[in-house]
Amino acid sequence: MNSRYSNRIGRKRTWLHIRGVPVASVILGSMIAPLMPVVAQNPFFPPFGLLMLLAWRLLRPEIWPLWIGAPLGLIDDLMNGQPLGSAMFLWTIILLALDFEGQRHRWRDYWHGWLLGTIAIGFALAGSWLAVDLAGQGGEIVQIIPQFLYSVALFPFIVRVCAALDKWRLP
Amino acid sequence: MAPPGNRRPGFNRKAQYGLFASYLIALLGALAGLLLLVVSIADPSGFSALRSAAAEVTRPISSNLRSLVVGISNIEETIAAYINAGSQNAALRRQVEANRTRLIEAEAIRQENIRLRDLLKLTEADQGVVAAGHLISSTPASAARLARLDMGRNNGITAGMPVRAPEGLVGRVLRAGPNTADVLLLIDEGNIVPVRRTSDNIPGISSGRGDGTVEVRALNTERNPFRPGDVLVTSGIGGLYRPNIPVAIVARREGDKAIAIPLANPSRVELVVIQSPFRPDEAERAGNGPQPDEPS
Repeated sequence: MNSRYSNRIGRKRTWLHIRGVPVASVILGSMIAPLMPVVAQNPFFPPFGLLMLLAWRLLRPEIWPLWIGAPLGLIDDLMNGQPLGSAMFLWTIILLALDFEGQRHRWRDYWHGWLLGTIAIGFALAGSWLAVDLAGQGGEIVQIIPQFLYSVALFPFIVRVCAALDKWRLP
Repeated sequence: MAPPGNRRPGFNRKAQYGLFASYLIALLGALAGLLLLVVSIADPSGFSALRSAAAEVTRPISSNLRSLVVGISNIEETIAAYINAGSQNAALRRQVEANRTRLIEAEAIRQENIRLRDLLKLTEADQGVVAAGHLISSTPASAARLARLDMGRNNGITAGMPVRAPEGLVGRVLRAGPNTADVLLLIDEGNIVPVRRTSDNIPGISSGRGDGTVEVRALNTERNPFRPGDVLVTSGIGGLYRPNIPVAIVARREGDKAIAIPLANPSRVELVVIQSPFRPDEAERAGNGPQPDEPS
């Protein structure tokens, strides 16, 4: 009862709370995969760090500085055992591409956002597969297709998670 | 949805510079990423200090979680087992009948072996065990097939050491941190293991396919000699892996190669043993006395 009728505008929020929640959510997303206590035999796990980054980008385009892909991508690489620099490069490219896209299309609807997410996820997964393949590891590219499909299907849900976090984040 | 953020600065000179700077920093970030990528592709075991720092963060949580789920992690397999229960039951019963006699025979052979070994005064070959640990997590979101070990340099583990389970070969250590180490699994494309067929010693090369199986190519025969059911063990050629570690069992043939299933399923092995790299000349020296004209 009490929480239901409590004040939901003009709450007290520190700078760290407002700016830190998106960053922390992306880092936690990157950490889910190495925390999973299974030894995977094929890449099946959606890249939650990337999904969070994209969801925040589509939900609140102004919160990410363009360069944020580099530090967050580096953390993602460290966590996920990718060759260092692959997510760093790919995420920055994705943010730049979304920025140019935003200058062309001023308005987005639900399906447009999902399509953008799908393209970005496909680009990132294919790119990181290529990085692993160039390092002489991994397997064939068809093995990332299930991972791609799971990620695309999960994306709207991640956007909802971000929206809930956003409500909690803002004063 | 809300319109995307407007980055156009208008006539504000300060905002124009700020926008330009943000593009510049982003491009520099991308370039730095590309540079790092080139370096780390050239040397996959590099930056181990950075990597192990990240691994130390996740180690306590995943090692505790891992102890909860070991043994039940293969969900698909469990479901398939339920579906096939009836036919599997009959087949297994036949197999048990057949195995019973073989077990008795094997027991007899074992006793004979002990007697013969005593006769020859042979000692067990040195297994070179460095440490024993658990695989606690892996990289399920990445295309690289790595698993993380809950031990590292503090336990004497260094990069390049072979990792095996009681069932068979698991992989080799790619990089080692203070308390964690990354293991490149047998099923990864980057892990190449010299093997031989147990029945007639035909040598081959096994490399991972990234999907839980390995492919095996014969070394020196023109036609594919492998048949489904062939058991492959390490040959010890070229060092690193000790001979006679079980590797895989051939499932089917595919042109000039054979697809085999690893005997140690990395998602179900509980305890793994880390061995020191195998050096054939040293083993020979230890076994057959000093070799006079061998460079040390």
